[in-house]
Amino acid sequence: MNEIGQALSIAVDLIRSADADLFEIVTLSLRVSLTALLFACLIGYPAGALLAITRFPGRGLLLIFMNTLMGLPPVVAGLLVYLVLSRAGPLGVLELLYTPGAMIIAQALLITPIVAALTHQVIEDLYQEYRDLLAAMRANAWQRLITLLWDARFSLLTAALAGFGRALAEVGAVMIVGGNINHYTRVMTSAITLSTAKGEFEFALALGIVLFVLALMVNAALLGLRAQFTRWSHHG
Amino acid sequence: MRARKYLTPFLIFLWPAILSLTAIVALVVPAQAAGFLILQSTTSTQNSGLYDELLPIFEAQAGFRVRVVAVGTGQALRNAANCDGDLLIVHAKAAELDFVAKGYGEERHDLMYNDFVLVGPDDDPAGLRQATSLNDALLRLAQTKAPFLSRADDSGTHKKELALWQAAGLDPRPDSGTWYLETGSGMGATLGAAVEIRAYTLSDRATWIAFAKKRDHDILFEGDPQLYNQYGVIPVSAKHCPSAKHDRAQELMNWLLGSEGQAAIADYRRQGQQLFFPNAHQ
Repeated sequence: MNEIGQALSIAVDLIRSADADLFEIVTLSLRVSLTALLFACLIGYPAGALLAITRFPGRGLLLIFMNTLMGLPPVVAGLLVYLVLSRAGPLGVLELLYTPGAMIIAQALLITPIVAALTHQVIEDLYQEYRDLLAAMRANAWQRLITLLWDARFSLLTAALAGFGRALAEVGAVMIVGGNINHYTRVMTSAITLSTAKGEFEFALALGIVLFVLALMVNAALLGLRAQFTRWSHHG
Repeated sequence: MRARKYLTPFLIFLWPAILSLTAIVALVVPAQAAGFLILQSTTSTQNSGLYDELLPIFEAQAGFRVRVVAVGTGQALRNAANCDGDLLIVHAKAAELDFVAKGYGEERHDLMYNDFVLVGPDDDPAGLRQATSLNDALLRLAQTKAPFLSRADDSGTHKKELALWQAAGLDPRPDSGTWYLETGSGMGATLGAAVEIRAYTLSDRATWIAFAKKRDHDILFEGDPQLYNQYGVIPVSAKHCPSAKHDRAQELMNWLLGSEGQAAIADYRRQGQQLFFPNAHQ
């Protein structure tokens, strides 16, 4: 108990003094995961919406595939990206392995299916409501897509936050493709892994607290938005 | 092949997904300045803090950064064979010479050494303190079936540990999961686990000294010539890996092997103790 208390007080001191290493690691984490989220949304929103409003052969299989990928273990995503980006792999010439770019790719691969699958659910429900209206307006596929995505924007934000939470919290993928390089690819989760291995629990705990608070904020935002959205759609 | 039919979409969509994501990121993330070198390294040199001391000195005069990827020796050699690294610092001489013989590595040099130690709980249930030799110590572990943690990750320390059991005429692996426990983790993580469950383990001295949460664990056996731990440095072959940063690898290696690097290694202390002993050109 004493050990936890001691580690905790040092951890809090580290955070309060805005320790330079700590700050650098948190910043990189946010940069990588937010960029991954950006790509995941750019791909996942239109992909999920298209799957909701179109019918084509193989769509069912694609949905199963997408939902399966939601549970893709981070280490598997890391391994796949490693194999592709290794200099012995097909895209080795890009020299992206052991860079933040590789971490962004791996995390985007992890969370794009989440964003797409949640988008699919949201848009499919909304499409039930809007179908007749959109047909009466003679909206083409593009206009339908834009209308649905815009009107579902609050729910879609929750999809993004869910993806962001997962990206920020995973360690398996960034460890493999980033290499946990000091001052370059060391993010919160991989730094916690290393500090724990070295028995330096204070630094690990400080990062853990920051990570926990960030996750808390993401989830509070999720809940808040959901409440907001329900109220909103009841009025509307 | 029904299974094939259902697996196909997975394969069809997963690889393009990775490729297109890569393309986007490659386009968006600005090409970085080429001022770096990738050092594939064993975990013990990182976990003991050596690089934090050594590399800033070198980087200040070299004008490029050294990016350390610390994994087990086996994985480091494998990554380097894939050309995902420019220089290697590892500690498993047989595997290192094999790496060079296969044409993956340019040359191999002795860099520094320290030794392995057997650590365990202070009350020493297996009686390692009374052991008369290393073989006797290992025999005591096997006979008392005191919990022993093996790295089991193909690292240099793991290769060493297996070789020691074999030299003693013992094979603990059939007992894996009973008293012989395979963690599959790095040195620091394995030491942490050993302290928690009051188990014995084999560690390099540097990681042990630098490890922050020893509690009532202590070195219980040391000093046998078999416990010698030699680190080697190998630049990745320019012929095998044309894309490797060969000049930079050579520059770092020459610095490490030269008087300045060797002195910096000798100067590195933790808790007043020297962790690595330079022995280039010997």
